[in-house]
Amino acid sequence: MNEFVSGIVDAARLIRTLDPALLEIITLSLQVSLSAVAIAALIGLPLGALLAITRFRGRMSLIVAVNTLMGLPPVVVGLLVYLMLSRVGPFGVLGLLFTPYAMIIAQAILVTPIITAVSRQIVADLWQEYREQLHSFRARPRQIAATLLWDGRFRLMTAVLAGFGRAVAEVGAVMIVGGNIEHSTRVLTTAIALETSKGNLSLAIGLGMILIVLSLGVNLVVHLVANAGADE
Amino acid sequence: MTGPSLLPLTLDDIRLERDGQWLIDGISLDFEAGPLSVIVGPNGAGKSLLLRLCHGLIDPTSGHVGWAVSRDLPGVQAMVFQKPVLLRRPVLANVEYPLKLRGVPRPKRRARALEALELTGLTAFAERSARVLSGGEQQRLAIARAWVLEPEVLFLDEPTASLDPAATREVERLIRRIHAAGTKIIMTSHRLDQVRWLADEVLLLLRGRVVERAAAGRFFDDPQTREARAFIAGELVI
Repeated sequence: MNEFVSGIVDAARLIRTLDPALLEIITLSLQVSLSAVAIAALIGLPLGALLAITRFRGRMSLIVAVNTLMGLPPVVVGLLVYLMLSRVGPFGVLGLLFTPYAMIIAQAILVTPIITAVSRQIVADLWQEYREQLHSFRARPRQIAATLLWDGRFRLMTAVLAGFGRAVAEVGAVMIVGGNIEHSTRVLTTAIALETSKGNLSLAIGLGMILIVLSLGVNLVVHLVANAGADE
Repeated sequence: MTGPSLLPLTLDDIRLERDGQWLIDGISLDFEAGPLSVIVGPNGAGKSLLLRLCHGLIDPTSGHVGWAVSRDLPGVQAMVFQKPVLLRRPVLANVEYPLKLRGVPRPKRRARALEALELTGLTAFAERSARVLSGGEQQRLAIARAWVLEPEVLFLDEPTASLDPAATREVERLIRRIHAAGTKIIMTSHRLDQVRWLADEVLLLLRGRVVERAAAGRFFDDPQTREARAFIAGELVI
């Protein structure tokens, strides 16, 4: 119990003094997860819209597949990306393993199904409402997709933020493909795991507090965005 | 409006089947340019379906809906729905939207949209979110958004169905003005007072068939069928 209290005190000092090692880890965490979510959104939003408004063979299987992939275990994704990027793997020549790029790839793979599945549902609901009116305007498919994505922008933003929440909090994938190398691929979650196993609880607690603050921040933004959208 | 006229609109023995029922059961008629046509009939007679068939939102099971020129030429026909579907954007952006779809350049569509808001008395709401307007204002916005396309034909499906008397009057006045400016109006209604006030000609629809079609004065003063007499007397049930 004593150790817990002193851990919190030490953690508060690290945060207050803006400890450089701590800042480095936070910065890398944000860089990796934000990049991964940006890539996932670029793929997931149009794909979700496509699945919502078009009809083609295999569409239902694709929807089921995407919904299933939402629950992908991060360690399995980490393992797959590891195999792809390892020196004997198909993309080994790129030399990406144990770099932040590998971590971005792994997290993007984790988050894309979430953004795709949630945005498909959002766009499908909106399409239900708009369908007759947009047909009446003789809108073309691309115009329909653009309209639905724009008019659903507040709810879609919550999908993207949910994806960010998942990316920044996962540890399995980035641990495997990043390797938790100091000054290179160490992020909040892998650092917490490491410091805890080393018995360096004050740093682990400090990092944990920051992660919680980040999660709370994301949730707060989701809430504000959803409220802003409720007026529209 | 430029180019060849879209009218007459010709329905050639159109039928629509859903789940083994003939909801539209053999309608053949022409809609000529000019008169304000009102389709009346009890709930479930097929009024909304008939408008949707004419507008091209659904295809008939058999028969043919024919325009004098292609119905998909830009801006030639528009429709206002019973329950307005408004985009999650400001009022002005809603009116500009169909012009944007057609690639009308921004300054021109802005000017045209402002004109439409002026006509419908919504200028003060231009920057307001469309979805916080009252029911009557929403319906006027839907009409502004259809009018902005300069349609040659405007379909209106029960445009005042859920409005209070004052809002109903405003929408009716608006319909008259648009008609007076040269747009062909084809609308549905189940309110006799509205039909008396607006209609130039009346079509009575019953179980998917047109049972009587006449100039409005004649329809009310000298109905030819038993069904029309019953409908005017408010006794018609299906």
